[in-house]
Amino acid sequence: MGAQKKGATRVSEDADALSRQPLQAVLLADSFATKFRPITLERPKVLLPLVNVPMINYTLAWLESAGVEEVFVFCCAHSRQVIDYLENSEWYSQPNFLVRTIQSHDSVSAGDALRVIYERNVIHGDFVLISGDTVSNMLLTQALQEHKERKKKDNNAVMTMIIKRSKPSPITHQSRLGTDELFMAIDTSTKQLLYFEDKADHSRGTISLDKTLLAENPSIVLHNDKQDCYIDICSPEVLSLFTDNFDYQHLRRHFVKGLLLDDIMGYKIYTHEIHSSYAARIDNYRSYDIVSKDIIQRWTYPYVPDVKFCGNRATKLERQGMYRASEIVQSCSSQIGPFTVIGNGTKIGNDTKVSNSVIGEGCTIGSNVSIEGSYIWDNVTIEDGCELRHVIVCDWVILKAGAVLKPGVVLSFKVVIGQGFVVPAYSKVSLLQQPTVEDSDEELEYVDNSSGTVEISSIRGTADKLNGEMTSQSSETHESELGSGGVGYIWSICEGGHEEEWRHSIAPIPADKLAEITQTTDDDHELLTQDGTALPPSGELKSDSFSNLSEDDEMEDSKDDSAYFEKEVEATFLRAVHENVKVEHVILEVNSLRLSYNMTSSDCAGAIFYSMMKLSLETPHASASELLQSATNVISTWQRLLKSYLPETDEQIEVILKFEEMCLESGKEFSPLFALILQHLYDKDLIEEDAILTWANEKEGADESDKVFVKQAEKFIQVRNNVNIFYS
Amino acid sequence: MDFQVVVLAGGTSKKLVPLVSKEVPKALLPVANRPVLSFVLEQLELSNLKDLIVVVEGQDAALCVGGWISGAYADRLHVEVAAVPEDVGTAGALRSIAHHLTAKDILVVSGDLVSDVPPGAVAAAHRRHDAVVTAMLCSSPVSGPSDLGSSGGKDKTKKPGRYNIIGMDPTKQFLLYIATGAEVEKDTRIQKNILRAVGQMEVRADLMDAHMYAFKRSVLQEVLDQKDTFQSLRQDVLPYLVRSQLKSEVLVNSASQAPPEENGNEKNSSLNNHMTLSRILANASMPNFHELYASDHSGSSPVRRTHKCCAYIASNSSYCTRLNSIQAFMDINRDVIGEANHLSGYSFSAHNNIIHPSAELGLKTTVGPYCMLGEGSQMGDKCSVKRSVIGRHCRIGSNVKIVNSVVMNHVTIGDGCSIQGSVISSNVQLQERVVLKDCQVGAGFVVSAGCEFKGESLARKEK
Repeated sequence: MGAQKKGATRVSEDADALSRQPLQAVLLADSFATKFRPITLERPKVLLPLVNVPMINYTLAWLESAGVEEVFVFCCAHSRQVIDYLENSEWYSQPNFLVRTIQSHDSVSAGDALRVIYERNVIHGDFVLISGDTVSNMLLTQALQEHKERKKKDNNAVMTMIIKRSKPSPITHQSRLGTDELFMAIDTSTKQLLYFEDKADHSRGTISLDKTLLAENPSIVLHNDKQDCYIDICSPEVLSLFTDNFDYQHLRRHFVKGLLLDDIMGYKIYTHEIHSSYAARIDNYRSYDIVSKDIIQRWTYPYVPDVKFCGNRATKLERQGMYRASEIVQSCSSQIGPFTVIGNGTKIGNDTKVSNSVIGEGCTIGSNVSIEGSYIWDNVTIEDGCELRHVIVCDWVILKAGAVLKPGVVLSFKVVIGQGFVVPAYSKVSLLQQPTVEDSDEELEYVDNSSGTVEISSIRGTADKLNGEMTSQSSETHESELGSGGVGYIWSICEGGHEEEWRHSIAPIPADKLAEITQTTDDDHELLTQDGTALPPSGELKSDSFSNLSEDDEMEDSKDDSAYFEKEVEATFLRAVHENVKVEHVILEVNSLRLSYNMTSSDCAGAIFYSMMKLSLETPHASASELLQSATNVISTWQRLLKSYLPETDEQIEVILKFEEMCLESGKEFSPLFALILQHLYDKDLIEEDAILTWANEKEGADESDKVFVKQAEKFIQVRNNVNIFYS
Repeated sequence: MDFQVVVLAGGTSKKLVPLVSKEVPKALLPVANRPVLSFVLEQLELSNLKDLIVVVEGQDAALCVGGWISGAYADRLHVEVAAVPEDVGTAGALRSIAHHLTAKDILVVSGDLVSDVPPGAVAAAHRRHDAVVTAMLCSSPVSGPSDLGSSGGKDKTKKPGRYNIIGMDPTKQFLLYIATGAEVEKDTRIQKNILRAVGQMEVRADLMDAHMYAFKRSVLQEVLDQKDTFQSLRQDVLPYLVRSQLKSEVLVNSASQAPPEENGNEKNSSLNNHMTLSRILANASMPNFHELYASDHSGSSPVRRTHKCCAYIASNSSYCTRLNSIQAFMDINRDVIGEANHLSGYSFSAHNNIIHPSAELGLKTTVGPYCMLGEGSQMGDKCSVKRSVIGRHCRIGSNVKIVNSVVMNHVTIGDGCSIQGSVISSNVQLQERVVLKDCQVGAGFVVSAGCEFKGESLARKEK
């Protein structure tokens, strides 16, 4: 509740100032992700050229045009490079547009960044939260107005998200920008966001809307056709919320979902849909490709190559979307196709074909080169006869004659590809070696992002050296990797193994891949509907089908749990055997396991007995009698342990059942010994006759196959029965 | 129009005891002195849907209903009356008359629906989309017509189980999700693949399934045959069809293309093939996501089979209520002579009431607005009637107060009685100074003089 109070007082203080407050913005110049590796190991993502202009310029130019007066650029990875760039750019000398940088080295997520900004206490009113890789030309006034009006009426309306229509592909379940499909529920009248699911779990075929949602809102709209633009208008409370909830890392996954789930504080998020204007965030290589094309095709006007907005040189727009800078040396026989941008000072040789591509400044392109759908940055040298299709080539790369880059290839800075070498599709090539300790957990990857900066500077020196004396060194070390004269390492594809490369690559998705996924999704649906994790199409389980389902889920869970539990107990027991741990300590450990897995004492008894039997089974034995011997030995040694879990008949029955199950499944060798071991357990006072008799009675009605062991023990049971009769 | 209408007239519903009996099945309960079934039949006649099967639960009830229909509608409608065993459910009832169904499409209407929504509009919507099922939806009664009676409104909000949760596409033509009964109270689970196909789905809790459906006959019969556990159209058949619409298990396409007279469909589908490609390329908004979903395949795998489930949403101004509880019975009676009086088919007097010319009123007796007094009824002196319906040939003494009540035919009411919020069935005799508040009195019951009852249900013991 402290948070609410704090937020409330802050607002009341600021209430008057709010109207006079200049509009501020927080620009995150770090994406806290690793999707652009290996390029981002050497240069921050916001400085990567997008149609020959560093991305951050698009964002800053838009912020300026949208009426923002003060921007805090938050720099983390490669912060020096960002700050240097900004200091040398014209952004520092703009009137009415103040750019300030905030530097932090230990932030690993957007959440950390916002916490740092909160501590600085620089944000005083509503602010625009945006990351430095966003391209937009929308007008902010309406969204800002709506936000302010909502805020006046309801103090809990802390954020307005900008969304745009974009239907994800029904086959790949990703938007054209290569981001995951997004499921949202929005109130029709108020535009309040009620449900948000971005990392869609494909195994779950349904969206579950809480019943209270519909009780409160008679009409809501579920969207699968909207795209999150990652432009947010926030109230200052957002910063304090991040500080209060120190575990919030990701803006969407933690913050938005956290607010939606938390109904105590009652904070609300609203949406604003833009229709005709443009907004997109470059999240991965695919969106880099798509947004570049959108820029070339002028959807982002006025941020297009032939309009000077900042940091770009004027180019001339010719027919068919061709942009050419003034000083280009181009052979008469070269063919420049439509939707192409060619930077200043670039030379293009004879019979070279370029289409749908962006070529940076100062590049030298030889003859008979074919370039299609590719992004070639500055000062790249491409020798004769190369072939490039749907690739990204960074600064200072050299392609030796006849090199071929297959679709989806990314060449990082200063890589050299050897003569005639064919770089396989989707490879990433860098002078830096792939970090070996690759953690698949994204949150943790941020950490070695920052450590990467240090590492890079050192490697960089060597890389420069490499460049200098390329001939001598590369021929020894890298010949095998990138052909003769090649410099660089091919990163292994599918880093972390969690996302398939084709999804986020520059290259269009190949047709056979599409067919393949269609097939599998169809099968998925089949599966979903059959095993009932989705709604059963047949309506036999009508109203209570849901409860059945959830019960099934729980059953599944508990099954898993008990399997883990058994394993843990077994490990504990084996350790006790091998390391001579005292019985008391084993009991203590098993008890703690029991508590953490929420098991009953009969589960413990079963698990311990199981591990004991398994131990004796695993001791080498030649015959059944030896096995019996080792089993009785184990039982005798550990009878105190077992006994402490067998206080009641129920637990003892559990042990018998467990033993029976074992004899049927994992330890068939025990089956002839069943009665003998049972006798032994009885002799040792571990199992009382009540338990055996109850077990036998329970089995009375069972199938014949189930009664094998009852029959084995029949003699024993009869004796017990007789004794009973005798006594009574 | 090749439409056959099945009117599910029910039998003697337990919810309506003591108003219903063997002699008066639910379908014949009087609403503004007309059997409730006549409202449905009239609407059907207006929509020129004249080929009817009236399904009644129980042999006796069927005889009663049949007798009335043959008298009242002999020349106007072609009606067959079929009796089905009790407690077979709506799906069971359709199963047992399956051999009578021959038309291409079947309109299934509940016999207790009092509505001014033309059934023809539902049938037309069904035909327009070549749907497998079309359901009529109306706004839920909470915000709907019944909120003029405060007691009625309260009573209904206590029973939210009646309402549905409905998911529709943005054009509000297709039904994408429906939750009925107990499901409404649980978390709503929406299938992602339907949402993916349509892009955007509106989920509403303020609509109610009005129990008027148009079915494609071939599909309906197939579902009824295959899923023999299905009991109810509302709870089983409709949700099943809606759920499986993108993964159709019914032979819609083959069935609809087999008969040669349906070449309209074939033309349609070839047209679709032609159009869908351009729609995919344009990624445009799609008027018909079903075809798109079915065809977004690269040829290698078999075409997905889909079918369409449509919804017809009655406009807010239209009246639509089902007579399925005593409360509803009273509400409807009040509404039909009050706010929804265009349904009653009577012309109102200057005082906004209907008094049959043959009725006799005593001295200083007043009949307020929104009241109805049936043929041949007599009232004594100083009586007062407010917002009530009084049937035919009733004899009402002096100093009688009748407020917010329904009095059926041939009722005798002694002097000084006071009746409020009650239903008095036919042939009841109330002796002097009886006071009834919120009671239901079954047919032929005699209330002895001076008794006072509040909130009770009075009926003769079954002989």
